[in-house]
Amino acid sequence: MSKKFSIVGKEVIRQDGYAKVTGSAKFADDIIFTDMLFGVMVRTHVVHALIKNIDFSAIENNPALTTIITAEDIPGAKKVGPIKKDQPVFCYDKVVTSGDVLAMLVGKDESELRKLVDNVKIEYNELPVVTDPENALNDNTPLIHPENKTNLINHYPLLKGDVKKGFAESDYVIERRYTTSYQEHAYIEPETVIAYPFEGNNGIKVIGSIQNPYTARRVVSEVMGIPLADVRIEQAELGGSFGGKDDTMNILAARAAVAALKTGQPIKIKFGREESIIESYKRHPYRLNYKVGFNSDGKIKAMKIDILADGGAYASMSPFATWRTVVQATGPYEIENVETNVNAVYTNNPYTGAMRGFGSPQPIFAQESLMDEIAAELNISPLKVRTINGFKAGSITASGQKLDEHEVSFNKVLEKAGAESCFNVKWNKYRKENNKIDGNFIIKEKQKSNNFILNENQFIDPENTWRRGIGLSVSFRGCSLGAEGIDAVTAYLSLQPDGSIHLSCGLAENGQGLRTTFSIIVSEVLGIPIEDVHYLNLDTGHNSDSGPTVASRSTLMGGGAVQNASSILKERLKKVFYKYWNINKDCNLIFNSGLITYGNGNKKITFKELCSLAYNDDSNMSTLGLYAGPKVDWDEESGQGNAYFTYVYGCQVAEVSVNISTGEVYVNKVIAVHDAGTVINLLGSEGQVYGGVTQGAGFCLWEELNSEEGKIKELNFDQYLIPTCKDIDEIKPFFVEGNEKYGPWGAKSLGEPTLELTSAAIANAIFNATGVRYRNLPINLEEIILLRKLRPDNLKRGSA
Amino acid sequence: MSHKIEFILNGKSVCINTNANRRLLDILREEFQLTGTKEGCSIGECGACTVLMNNKAVNSCLVLAGQVNGSEILTIEGVAKNGLHKLQENFLMAGAIQCGFCTPGVIMSSYALLLENSNPTEEEIKEAIAGNLCRCTGYKQIIKAIKDTIS
Ligand code: FES
Ligand code: FES
Repeated sequence: MSKKFSIVGKEVIRQDGYAKVTGSAKFADDIIFTDMLFGVMVRTHVVHALIKNIDFSAIENNPALTTIITAEDIPGAKKVGPIKKDQPVFCYDKVVTSGDVLAMLVGKDESELRKLVDNVKIEYNELPVVTDPENALNDNTPLIHPENKTNLINHYPLLKGDVKKGFAESDYVIERRYTTSYQEHAYIEPETVIAYPFEGNNGIKVIGSIQNPYTARRVVSEVMGIPLADVRIEQAELGGSFGGKDDTMNILAARAAVAALKTGQPIKIKFGREESIIESYKRHPYRLNYKVGFNSDGKIKAMKIDILADGGAYASMSPFATWRTVVQATGPYEIENVETNVNAVYTNNPYTGAMRGFGSPQPIFAQESLMDEIAAELNISPLKVRTINGFKAGSITASGQKLDEHEVSFNKVLEKAGAESCFNVKWNKYRKENNKIDGNFIIKEKQKSNNFILNENQFIDPENTWRRGIGLSVSFRGCSLGAEGIDAVTAYLSLQPDGSIHLSCGLAENGQGLRTTFSIIVSEVLGIPIEDVHYLNLDTGHNSDSGPTVASRSTLMGGGAVQNASSILKERLKKVFYKYWNINKDCNLIFNSGLITYGNGNKKITFKELCSLAYNDDSNMSTLGLYAGPKVDWDEESGQGNAYFTYVYGCQVAEVSVNISTGEVYVNKVIAVHDAGTVINLLGSEGQVYGGVTQGAGFCLWEELNSEEGKIKELNFDQYLIPTCKDIDEIKPFFVEGNEKYGPWGAKSLGEPTLELTSAAIANAIFNATGVRYRNLPINLEEIILLRKLRPDNLKRGSA
Repeated sequence: MSHKIEFILNGKSVCINTNANRRLLDILREEFQLTGTKEGCSIGECGACTVLMNNKAVNSCLVLAGQVNGSEILTIEGVAKNGLHKLQENFLMAGAIQCGFCTPGVIMSSYALLLENSNPTEEEIKEAIAGNLCRCTGYKQIIKAIKDTIS
């Protein structure tokens, strides 16, 4: 494949940048209507209960109140959900989690309404609270949703070969257990939505910080009982999402819509940070049990994996997120015998759903830690154990998929990362240094005591409190939705008589830079300056449903659709050119720098003139481009099939310093090598790596959120600690651009791979630094020093 | 109770009647429709609401109307004069923006830093924006943008 481009792969400035640096970009809360009312939530005080009565009499006549919205006001579906319809828009019979909402107070003055909330009297019949997912399936555990007759959300088995035989043939068999915590998306913009009725209450318009406008449209249409075409969703500038502004936003959109049609006025719902953390879904906490059999030469013979995901009170995306887990749980390694079981269960905890990475960061943390544990057992290098087992062209995955349709770049990314980081040299050096100091002794002594204060005999030489370590991790990741869903995207392109261009697509800008990426593609195909491409924001009334903007599918799928649309119009323009110059056969035209040239350059015309000619010629200069993913297949019983049509590969190396007297971990450097296919916008791609690695480091080291008896304690950024600019020193992205037949010029996915690898690389680096294997995220101060979590009291997690 | 609050906002004298404990953030957004100043946490942790008060960066969610009286306030809307400020330009060039929600706050913090110290070290830059949370960018391109502005 020749990869000579005029703009693709360069550093291109964001198209929406100007508005964002001047403060003029309109986020949902910046949009104000004159007769606008506000909606304020009445939330449950308990976690699990039957609702006996809701009494509004104390506030009913309050002048601040225009109306009260409850489930009774809903004309259509009272429960919604992307897969299982188990989440009420307003609870009416039962509450099942601490974020549940029973009613919404509507009025002009938001702060006055907030004062009324506590005067609503709710009577409950409390039920036992289920917080431990391990107990969710026990016979005597109360059912969260009794109509389902079980607390199981989904179970995915996968069977390849014969694990019993594999273990019997192995020289070594080890078993390890890993756990991960919730992760909050922590988009800096909290949720906001505005709904208003069209003239005469004929349908509804919603504007909001909505990640997936088409999903929001479906939910609003179901709840209102009106056709899809009567609901129009417009995306405001989105202040970060990372998978998080989906279910929650759709429900907020529905609440606002119900109130807007009831009052005939615009309704705004605006969450503060605490409300956002209480009601929105999180990343699933996982418990992962790995049993692995391997030979003394390092070859893995068999792997048995049991994974339990805490789905919380609603199914949300659990069935899809955990499906990715079952496909990728063995990592990028060819293993003959595999048995995997992944369960997602209901509890009364905050519900969990889609978050950047989507069912992959947890198994990668476990599985890539395990690879290092195997290496340690055999006393070989982490690089070696991976090279021995890694995927090559033609390898068969755990689900029986033969990898012969794309470039399997496992070795490429591993070698590049190894070389760029001088991995083996440093790994050996740090291991030796740290052994000499015997930090192990100190740490092990300390974990016995319950406090951080050292005894006299635990004196740590101040010169030796900081230990340095290096670690790596590798992954493969299926692109786009895979066997999860229908996978097709459309893009709309329209050339104007003066050569300027309208572009829009059914996928949504989530802040990741999709508008710019798509504009680059048009600019490349038509050979025009990117400034001539005017991106139209997504409005469900103007675009066709292209599925959700998830799974890092926008460049691959949306980019494919944009490329397709651009090529269609290019062909039409060629016809106009031929006619103008009286050329009667197809020939090679060059579209470059706003000029279309034939032959030695004596026949040429500017792009602008050509567009104007096309209009005079009555040509159709607008088109839809389509990109549909190739077929994939999956057998639910055996867990076998061609799960995704293509994969990406990545390897990250982390270098850390661990302070063994305070437990602090500082990330000195992360080298991130990704084969995401062709890079379309270098500036944007680097930004994805910096951001993803930083979120991955947060997941590994600092971000802790606990559900204590079903309630979250970390409700704002003073307690929920996301990385600041001081936590990570250096991040170095490298792109190895493997060949790929799908996507625009072979561009694939990048957003999620950048995050999923970091936690394992850091955990392995900490092991290299301390000789201690930490198997429970986050590896925060108490985990490092005490090898256990301090909270919650009733759930003992930790490495001790 | 309503108080008369006079101050200079983006170079112009303004005067409003408002409750003395109304937050500066709300005054800017609601009274003056200066919605470039954002609210992300309301407790002084995220920095999205950062503005300059008498040339120092402050979290406008923590500043009350009473304190504003007689002061000089600069918001993101007042930074660009006859074209973009160098900082804004460099944020664009360096790719320091993704979703852009934190951007006004980060630019205001860096603006305050450069007023005080025209040649800060990397450590000083980090210190100045440590109170600005950004969930998208990983901060690297932001730091680069600020460095590029100095040199
Ligand atoms: S809103 Fe003021 S610091 Fe977060
Ligand atoms: S760019 Fe999104 S929070 Fe900073």
